[in-house]
Amino acid sequence: MAAYLLRRMINYLFLVIIAASVTYLLAAFIFHPENNWLARHPQPSAATIRTELLSRNEWRGTSIWTRYANWVSGVLHGNLGTEIGGGSVASDMARRIGVSTRLLLLSTIIGSIGGVVVGVWGAVRQYKLFDRVTTGASLLIYAMPTFTLAILLQMFAVWFNNTTNTHFLYYVNEVSDPNAPFWNFSNLVDRFEHLILPTLSVSLGSIAFFSRYQRATMLDVMGSDFLRTARAKGLTKNQAIFRHGARTAIIPVATLLSYSAVLLFTGAVFTEIIFTWHGMGEWFITSIGQNDVNSVAAVGIFTSILVLVAGLISEVITVALDPRVRV
Amino acid sequence: MTLNANALVDEVGPESQIEAQNQVSTGRGKLVVRRFLRNKGATIGLVIVVLMFLAAFVGPHLDQWQYTDIDFENFQTAPSGTHWFGTTQTGQDLFALTMRGLQKSLIIGLVAGVLTTSFAAIVGAFAGYYGGWTDRILSWGIDLFLVMPSFLMLSILSPWFKGKTWLILIPLLAGFAWMVTARIVRAQAMSLKSREFVSAARFMDVPGWRIIMRHILPNIASLLIIDATLNVAATILGEVGLSFFGFGIQAPDVSLGTLINNAQQDLSSYQWLLVFPMICLIVLLLAVNMIGDGLRDALDPNAQGAKKKITKGAFEAMIKESTGLVGQHQNVEAIES
Repeated sequence: MAAYLLRRMINYLFLVIIAASVTYLLAAFIFHPENNWLARHPQPSAATIRTELLSRNEWRGTSIWTRYANWVSGVLHGNLGTEIGGGSVASDMARRIGVSTRLLLLSTIIGSIGGVVVGVWGAVRQYKLFDRVTTGASLLIYAMPTFTLAILLQMFAVWFNNTTNTHFLYYVNEVSDPNAPFWNFSNLVDRFEHLILPTLSVSLGSIAFFSRYQRATMLDVMGSDFLRTARAKGLTKNQAIFRHGARTAIIPVATLLSYSAVLLFTGAVFTEIIFTWHGMGEWFITSIGQNDVNSVAAVGIFTSILVLVAGLISEVITVALDPRVRV
Repeated sequence: MTLNANALVDEVGPESQIEAQNQVSTGRGKLVVRRFLRNKGATIGLVIVVLMFLAAFVGPHLDQWQYTDIDFENFQTAPSGTHWFGTTQTGQDLFALTMRGLQKSLIIGLVAGVLTTSFAAIVGAFAGYYGGWTDRILSWGIDLFLVMPSFLMLSILSPWFKGKTWLILIPLLAGFAWMVTARIVRAQAMSLKSREFVSAARFMDVPGWRIIMRHILPNIASLLIIDATLNVAATILGEVGLSFFGFGIQAPDVSLGTLINNAQQDLSSYQWLLVFPMICLIVLLLAVNMIGDGLRDALDPNAQGAKKKITKGAFEAMIKESTGLVGQHQNVEAIES
């Protein structure tokens, strides 16, 4: 089992390293960071621009492979470089990963567990009311890009707050007072209230996505021989379905998790921009606007790690549920 | 063969099977059309898409305003007789703008969706048919593209294609959307490879690429048609998402994404600016998805059976394909329903 996991991990690690490198190389090749200085008034001298860019390893006069080698050796020593604004990429990244984690952690859990539960239950109650309602709803949400969903939720919040004359649903920012101590009851409540809409906008999409797959795999399992055997040996219908059926049906969906981690992050980019959370997604968008190679590369590393972690989790789930891979 | 037998049963009903032998069998195309039209959702979807095409390409001629026109007497006015969808902050007619955006979505979706599927079919079929190192290298490429988030890559590329024509978005969107289909085609090609008609062709020294074009791809045509529909929806979404952030279609040209982004700035006051482009987008995507569902039912009579009961072999293969998003064709069929 350890050997299996290790082999899968090496495969992922390899892919992820290449993906991060491609991100860096593309950004380094395409971006023109000097535009940030050329647009200033008064325009700095060519020599100043050159030193500024050289200090950031973004001077386009240097060959792209030299820049790449510098970047790789920096990353290996834990140095992610300097932003266009002069700050350290690593410290900004650490702060923003915190924000994104607070946004995504809950949504991921709700999204994947919710999707599995809705899918399994929909399959068990096929063509009953619950199944019809969830299938219809997931079709509708499936046709809605994350940002339209987020905007609709915002419109709902505006309407809700106006009609009830409250400020219960916050639709911008992560917290009302960023300087308040974190572990404080009123602060936590405030953060939770800010979290409701962004979490809904990310997790509704993943519930719709996962539940469609889960429903299909579960339906396949429902007609299988081993489930009939389980019933025949005396298990009740529910016992058979959940102990034997759902367990098997979750395996392919768990595999899906590793690739949908990327989807989740893309969804989070929209959510962060619309709800003005200062996380990794927002950083990515602003960095592209600033031609900031180092920051964009850092986002590339982040998504790669996300894929790696999700891959690991899905492999562990597979190993835990499927005895055949435990050799 | 299975298709014809099934089709016959499907058309005349199982009880009159014996008489059916004397009947003239209906052509496949006719059958597919009949089955498709029987599916209400799919027919509605098709009608909606056709209407949207008409609205997008004929509508602007009926409207007195061009999308570039500015009405200096109407800034941010609500929908009315002169401005059907209202006007924007700068006095542009929202109907003309939305239709202009819809034209883009329709063209990009149709062309890029078909392009995606064609590319995926070729990569997948070559990987599955040739096997060995060809397969290893191509599959590895598929995996690599799956790990790279398409949205991130296209956004990074955006400064490069900024000044160029918006048509460049079509190959780019297709280039980052083909992987899942390629995986499915590969699995199909692998199973077709060992069938007699393929072996027969091989023994007659037909070159591999011709076997793929003449025998493998036509045999998975229904899968490819269904998949192309789904890719249409995916690429429409991709373009709108990129344009939303200003990475796709650039001003002064418009897309549904840029319209939604502009309107999102003042959410509480001028809602029609948001509602019309958003409804267009959602209805279009919903209609395309419904067409996909209907096509699947019409083209693949076995999908219904596969949904109820999957064969043991197929399930095994599905688990074996543990790195894949979806290992089996049947599986996807069932999923999309």
